[in-house]
Amino acid sequence: MAIFLDDSSKVIVQGMTGSEGMKHTQLMLKAGTQIVGGVNPRKAGTEVEFDGGGKVPVFGTVKEAMAATGANVSVAFVPPKFAKDAAIESIDAQIPLLVIITEGIAVKDSAELYNYSLGKKTRIIGPNCPGIISPGKSNAGIIPASIAGPGRIGLVSKSGTLTYQMMYELREFGFSSAIGIGGDPVIGTTHIDALAAFEADPETDAIVMIGEIGGDAEERAAEYIKAHVTKPVVGYVAGFTAPEGKTMGHAGAIVSGSSGTAAAKQEALEAAGVKVGKTPSATADEMRKIMKDLKK
Amino acid sequence: MDLFEYQARDMFEAHGVPVLAGKTATTPEGAKAAAEEIGATSGGVTVVKAQVKVGGRGKAGGVKVAKSADEAQQYAEQILGMDIKGHTVGTVMIAQGAQIAEEYYFSVLLDRTNRRYLAMCSKEGGVEIEKLAVERPEALARVAVDPNVGIDAAKAKEIVDEAGFDAELGAKIAPVLTKLWDVYREEDATLVEVNPLVQTTDGKIIALDGKVTLDANADFRHPEHATLEDKASADPLEAAAKEKGLNYVKLDGDVGIIGNGAGLVMSTLDVVAYAGEKVGAETGKPAPQPANFLDIGGGASAEVMANGLGIILGDEQVKSVFVNVFGGITACDAVANGIVGALDKLGDGATKPLVVRLDGNNVEEGRRILAERNHPLVSIEETMDGAAAKAATLAAK
Repeated sequence: MAIFLDDSSKVIVQGMTGSEGMKHTQLMLKAGTQIVGGVNPRKAGTEVEFDGGGKVPVFGTVKEAMAATGANVSVAFVPPKFAKDAAIESIDAQIPLLVIITEGIAVKDSAELYNYSLGKKTRIIGPNCPGIISPGKSNAGIIPASIAGPGRIGLVSKSGTLTYQMMYELREFGFSSAIGIGGDPVIGTTHIDALAAFEADPETDAIVMIGEIGGDAEERAAEYIKAHVTKPVVGYVAGFTAPEGKTMGHAGAIVSGSSGTAAAKQEALEAAGVKVGKTPSATADEMRKIMKDLKK
Repeated sequence: MDLFEYQARDMFEAHGVPVLAGKTATTPEGAKAAAEEIGATSGGVTVVKAQVKVGGRGKAGGVKVAKSADEAQQYAEQILGMDIKGHTVGTVMIAQGAQIAEEYYFSVLLDRTNRRYLAMCSKEGGVEIEKLAVERPEALARVAVDPNVGIDAAKAKEIVDEAGFDAELGAKIAPVLTKLWDVYREEDATLVEVNPLVQTTDGKIIALDGKVTLDANADFRHPEHATLEDKASADPLEAAAKEKGLNYVKLDGDVGIIGNGAGLVMSTLDVVAYAGEKVGAETGKPAPQPANFLDIGGGASAEVMANGLGIILGDEQVKSVFVNVFGGITACDAVANGIVGALDKLGDGATKPLVVRLDGNNVEEGRRILAERNHPLVSIEETMDGAAAKAATLAAK
């Protein structure tokens, strides 16, 4: 099972022939991902050879790649100014899952592409995210597969490096899926979407949810947990010391006035019964206790 | 990036939004000259307005109506250099005077919760809109805007109807809203706010004061936006970091922070703050606090590390530095080489103790490289919490 991505996923890479695309396609192949094609209109008909992964064909469009290979996931490594067009191409081709790794997309482009996807068949993860890994099954994005193996914890996070950090802290247990949803103001898949999927996934026993300042996604996730999630959830929120009005790296990580503060998010999560750790290590300790109890 | 009022005014004008004539000045003499020119069109009356990126300037005495150019000069003399909520006034705008009959409110902004845009409009403008939204929410119309449709004539009509304008007045306001939408969309704004939007005694609709926030990620479409940047009031360290392409935010503490990934760096600041509180309580000295946010991203080459360290060591408040890197794609040996290379590059310029925590990809090799170099300023810690405690302790010494 796992969520959104498993061993039957057939992955194409938009922007595979660029330097980031090449590097990460190689890593995804090494992690066991079925990469069935790349997309680049200027290199259609060629093949790219990867170490140990054989040759991967390059198609002119997402639609052609899907028709030829049965691909059901696209990972986009395209530069910010082309990201919206690449996403719309995938949405029009009706690919079930689109993972947009690209960082620095204009918020107008994200807002337009997200709203374009409404009512259509494509789930979007990102943009500005590390993607999703279902360890031992498939890896769609840039999460290092070496950090942790398969297990029964589900992880959802706004931040890439905190995803890695938390996977590392909990590597003794492993993960069903770990998903980085991105730190931009407008994203496709939300904490709530991931929580719902983990709740429904028989291979997930407990969930780690990592948030950060800005917006109200964590507060809404807390309400969702209270109403719909029966599995134990531990949480972590970054940005307690961030000053108001300053963007902390992620475009969406900003406290404006009294809204979007880490304290408000922690409070909301705790009110929903989520154990919130003060540091990533303390959060991992909370999860350790839960996993121990679940074993009994 | 937030714009000054005069920049928003110019942008409005360029998109056909009705505004009053206005000219900036940075000296009282300049204000007088501007008032002579602008006042000629409004019977000698002008308004001298402090240009600060903060609300409440009127209450603070930063807006004055001048009946003559000499008076405009006197007011400019008072207002220039004034401190408004921590912002020093360096520029005033001399605006045409107007006979105001009524004041309204309009804004369009990114609605993160619903992942689309939100237009807000009220017949009661000129007041603090946050207050109005809380005290009398029924007086503030909120209308969802589809990013792929925008505020066309139909949406503009919906907004003015929703705000309760009668048909005649609504028909006058609606075209101004579609022009403000043009500003929002064509300039890649995340906020366009007009407060107040006024009707003059002769029935004209005018955007009297504007606030615009632009999306820095869209700069590739707007090379001209670079000229709008307020370089004068930028923090010198932030400006230097920006020049080197570093993601740096200056804070007020004494523990310099370098890490990779926005989330991990934010988390590092928090962990240092907690450790600092503890050290403060134990030593009775002021609690060490994070001095900055600095995300060096995935690469962490020797050059980026050296640039980052250079900025942080240039901060006189910094007493110790915490380098917190999780090697994801980047291997820790590359990061360690980056740190060693940076220290060698800085030579005698490196003077403050460095606490390094590396984890993840190739961590043993990374720690080995640092141990082998055995730099007197560098100490290696195994955990993030342990390293934060050490860095805070060093800063308290």
